Amino acid sequence: MTIITCVKQVPGTNKVAIDPVTGTLKRDGVASKLNPYDLFALETAFVLAEQTNGKVKALSMGPPQAKGVLEESLWMGADEGLLLSDRAFGGADVAATSYCLSLGVEKLGEYDIIICGKQTTDGDTAQVGPELAERLGIEHAANVLSVDKVDENSITVTLDLDGVQQTQKMSLPCLITMEKDTNTPRLPSYLRRKAVCPEQIKICSLKDFPNADVSMLGINGSPTRVERIFSPEVREGQPLLTGGAKELSQKLYDILCQEKFV
Amino acid sequence: MGIVIHKDAVNADVAASLQKLCPFSAIDYINGELSINAACKGCKICIKKGPAGVLSWQDEEKKEIIDKSLWRGVAVFAQCRDDGLHPVTAELIGKAKELAAVIGQEVLAVIIGCDLGCQIDELLSYGVDKVYAYDNPAFADFTITPYANAFYDFIDKVKPGSILVGATNIGRSLAPKVAARCNTGLTADCTVLEMKENTDLVQIRPAFGGNIMAQIVTPNARPQFCTVRYKVFSAVQRNENICGKVYNMEIASDLLLGKTQVISKVQKEKEVDISEAEIIVACGRGFKTQADIDLARNLAQLLGAQLACTRPLVEAGWFDPRRQIGLSGRTVKPKLIIALGISGSVQFAAGMNGSDRIIAVNSDSNAAIFNVAHIGLVGDIYEILPRLIEKIKEGRADV
Repeated sequence: MTIITCVKQVPGTNKVAIDPVTGTLKRDGVASKLNPYDLFALETAFVLAEQTNGKVKALSMGPPQAKGVLEESLWMGADEGLLLSDRAFGGADVAATSYCLSLGVEKLGEYDIIICGKQTTDGDTAQVGPELAERLGIEHAANVLSVDKVDENSITVTLDLDGVQQTQKMSLPCLITMEKDTNTPRLPSYLRRKAVCPEQIKICSLKDFPNADVSMLGINGSPTRVERIFSPEVREGQPLLTGGAKELSQKLYDILCQEKFV
Repeated sequence: MGIVIHKDAVNADVAASLQKLCPFSAIDYINGELSINAACKGCKICIKKGPAGVLSWQDEEKKEIIDKSLWRGVAVFAQCRDDGLHPVTAELIGKAKELAAVIGQEVLAVIIGCDLGCQIDELLSYGVDKVYAYDNPAFADFTITPYANAFYDFIDKVKPGSILVGATNIGRSLAPKVAARCNTGLTADCTVLEMKENTDLVQIRPAFGGNIMAQIVTPNARPQFCTVRYKVFSAVQRNENICGKVYNMEIASDLLLGKTQVISKVQKEKEVDISEAEIIVACGRGFKTQADIDLARNLAQLLGAQLACTRPLVEAGWFDPRRQIGLSGRTVKPKLIIALGISGSVQFAAGMNGSDRIIAVNSDSNAAIFNVAHIGLVGDIYEILPRLIEKIKEGRADV
């Protein structure tokens, strides 16, 4: 069984702010990491591969540095990695990202299951997995809690449908997105790290996809536009109450009484 | 479309200043050659703030411009439950009415399910102008293909300008599937929606995983698709005067078949749902140990409140994830929320700033939580809470 897992490089910190003077975006440092939600997708993929004597291929789109998250996937247990990196892919929204990833999936050849994390910590949309499934013409299940059974033609999963746990059998190939904390992701292995060779990760750019529809890629292929970014509104005119603990606790008590919460 | 580099104006100093400006490390300067790499997000900060004449923006050659007048109405996806509608539906309809009023268009609802009766009556009581009902045994359980086919059929036949979907698990699974089929945009977890006179929907959401809001539009694609979480907007009230119309919709039988077979469904036990709480006491990293949370728990008990927390406390294993407020947790809209020792990241604030009354206690007077709080107290929770708890107990004893 061949399993493709989609992974993403995300900023290592969420401390992003707008410089009030210049109006530009400030990021503390450039550290980045593997999207934490993807760890549960990778672990699910490794277990399935072990059960079926299969292979795990890791797929990512991003700047050249994003190769790092594919290496990490390999150290954890993936067999190969593919990075889609080209300036023409940059600035992509969900629609353009899912189209680009669908090209990558086709490049990777035959597959049985695609597993994604539930969402990323930088975009937080949880939309790329389902859109990718639609682009590939396969079915998907989101918020998967467990993979209960797998055979040559189907996979049985249990998912969280707003308070109902639904167990369903899906024909292969299909795509699932894993809920967080559904398993205990393994750590990257030192032995694997030493054994991995550079050829296991391929990097493809636009020229590797002669049949791609360029109008659907990157910022040009994104139906949505960010008109502006701004700092959240500040609630004005609320003087801060200061003083000793005794005074403050009395004030807080008075407020709660006044508003009839006590 | 993209950034054009005017090579004559490039030198090492210019390159260094541009690299410093770029928040995404998307500008390379190698062997005297300036280039933009794949990390570019098109934010244009380098053009607006960088040295003049080096970089410029070239707009795309105008693609085919869509005729927006063919897409009319603000539609809501009405999510069914056995006993009626998911409560996010009434909130979406309330917002849809405001949006539709700006452009003088109708509020539409699409509902997919089996044995729809009370759900349609409920929709009409909210003052929806037109209800499009897909009622078929094939929709008894949620499976992706039949639902997506029905939803797409609605869009194809009715051509709504905007569609609001609740950011429930079902909504977040169905909306991207359908948006991709329409080749249109989809903006997740919008916290503010506004309508422009030209029918463009302004969608605002927290972005870049940080303390930034992004204003997003879908200028040349329809329908405009967005999801909104439960408890972000205010629910519309039921009304006796019903004047909406119901259209019974059908799709071809082969479109009702998917490749997923439901084996079993288990209703989870009614669990704590902080989204429904009227009063919330929320804890942040100001608490030094898990045992100290008892202070907040005591206060919560006295106020009849639910206890909630920020993401780091869930990551520390102190709280069940279902009690987490914020973008990666729940959105809450209680009558009162008391934020204790919480710094107030935008992700947290986005999950609670619709609350009626926000009281924050933090020892750092610069904490961002004070920007969203109605009442802010600068002080130590370890000193204030015991005294407050004592006072409430004394007050009760006196009565």
